[in-house]
Amino acid sequence: MNKVFHVMYDDDDTLKTAASQLVAKGIRVKEVFSPFPIHGIDPIIGVKRTRLGIVAFMFASTGTALALLGMWYFMISDWPMNIGGKPNFSLIENLPAFIPVTFEFSVLCGAHGMAITYLLRNGTLPGMPATNPDPRTTDNMFVMEITTEQNSLAAEALESAIKETQLFELSIKDYK
Amino acid sequence: MQREAAIREPLILGDKSYKDITDDVVGPIQGPAPIGWKIMITISSIIAVYGVGCILYLIGTGIGVWGLNKTVGWAWDITNFVWWVGIGHAGTLISAVLLLFRQKWRMAINRSAEAMTIFAVIMAAIFPGIHMGRIWVSYWVLPLPNQFGSLWVNFNSPLLWDVFAISTYFSVSLVFWYIGLIPDFATIRDRMTKPFAKKIYGLLSFGWSGRAKHWTRFEEVSLVLAGIATPLVFSVHSIVSMDFATSIVPGWHTTIFPPYFVSGAVFSGFAMVQTLLLVLRKGMKLESYIHVKHVEYMNIVIIVTGSIVGVAYLTELFISWYSGVEYESYAFINRFSGPYSWAYWIMMTCNVISPQLFWFKKIRRSLTATFALSIVVNIGMWFERYVIIVTSIHRDYDPSSWGEFYPTSIDIGVFVGTMGIFLTLFLGFARFFPVLALNELKTILKSSGENYKKIQDKH
Repeated sequence: MNKVFHVMYDDDDTLKTAASQLVAKGIRVKEVFSPFPIHGIDPIIGVKRTRLGIVAFMFASTGTALALLGMWYFMISDWPMNIGGKPNFSLIENLPAFIPVTFEFSVLCGAHGMAITYLLRNGTLPGMPATNPDPRTTDNMFVMEITTEQNSLAAEALESAIKETQLFELSIKDYK
Repeated sequence: MQREAAIREPLILGDKSYKDITDDVVGPIQGPAPIGWKIMITISSIIAVYGVGCILYLIGTGIGVWGLNKTVGWAWDITNFVWWVGIGHAGTLISAVLLLFRQKWRMAINRSAEAMTIFAVIMAAIFPGIHMGRIWVSYWVLPLPNQFGSLWVNFNSPLLWDVFAISTYFSVSLVFWYIGLIPDFATIRDRMTKPFAKKIYGLLSFGWSGRAKHWTRFEEVSLVLAGIATPLVFSVHSIVSMDFATSIVPGWHTTIFPPYFVSGAVFSGFAMVQTLLLVLRKGMKLESYIHVKHVEYMNIVIIVTGSIVGVAYLTELFISWYSGVEYESYAFINRFSGPYSWAYWIMMTCNVISPQLFWFKKIRRSLTATFALSIVVNIGMWFERYVIIVTSIHRDYDPSSWGEFYPTSIDIGVFVGTMGIFLTLFLGFARFFPVLALNELKTILKSSGENYKKIQDKH
């Protein structure tokens, strides 16, 4: 039977110290639940840097290309019209007038593309159930999740190592 | 842990803990609605209903019910549009630009300022919509394949750029706001005891659980969105100004318009934030989070942007004379001495002189003076748009068509009505949404909280 430990701390800095202590002993911390971002926790528990910034850039570039392609088609290729004598017989001539819409459309695609990717990757979507182990973790408590499955230490050894930290509360559950 | 210089004034007053922050913000949502809120929402919804009535009458009858005439074809509608869009800009400035500059004082005000942005942009969008006359064909502004031959919308026109700018601005602001709200909705969800409310906030929170990786992504998304919302906010009002600047009407045809409009927008937006927040902090007892220092910071932004606007007014006047173009000169002489000089001098007094009072520390830090001056600025900025729009076109190149604009009751009804709709939405926000960014405020408690700063001083 596998065991999951939910170790609760009442302070973000205490949790960070505790996580460092446990990781130094070779214990793997599966997850940390907190009411706000704890700066500096990621390298301790091995969370990698997110690539969402790259995603945003890719979506925005797509937007730029689509906007230019669209305006080229509407204004130059499909139906060129003489509007107040403004040049509109090649994309390059007409480009200055196309910059505002190109910019707006790039921002539109970049922002929405990134936001949707963010929600999908997080699995935070309308109607999804909350998965935090304790409701207090969105208020003022910080929980560290450690499982026996991910660690080579036995449950008892893990428990005693966890109890050496300045914890607030500990809950141990079995799971298959 | 991040540390802050001891001489900096704390941003969170009193002996607050993480739990206190949650209690102070979520408490009012859980409790019964205060009587003051009920009175205010009743009044604002009555005004809103009246405004909706005026809009429906306008749509049913046609825009002839406005006071527009052959010479003055744009007046209150576009004035109101620019005024509302301008107000919206402060929210994005606070949440995006101040985020990039790492200004922590923004955390107490960004949530409500962003809500204000979204509601103000909705109000703004009403005006070009109803000015079309036939609002049911408003989809014609989009480049859609159509049955009228291959007739596409004109991408050389700033009016079309505006369609893209305003819709992008609205939807990106909405996403930015909502992504910040998700973790706070989760906090409310986990505290709610009534099953229905718990269910609703559960839906709104998208199952947020506060995992470490999610927080990393959250911060990245906030930063990147701030990075792209910053040029967006500047582009939006620049494009709004190009609606005028690219025309050949004397008084409009000036290259100074984009920066002048953007600073004017931020100026009026901050004034509106002050008006709303000074009431909100009192009504919701948020004095520990939004206090004199925050008000002072905002007043400093008002001095800076107000002075830019003042310089722009004077530059316009000087250039109209220096250019030697007699039509341009006349447009400005007519502005300050013609039939609309009263509006011009209201604008000059409210926007150029009144913000300079904030150089006095006593006035800058006085809540009563700030509230009064913020209303003065709001009035002044409305008149700025009125002056630019109406005085430039009421005397055109043909003196026989010179005329003046008189608003009708429908003009006034629609404008006052949008204020009612705006206030109703804002009051709804104040009652059911977390008005402060809880999760962000908790991150600065240890570096900028009064109690933590005292402990830090002892060491």
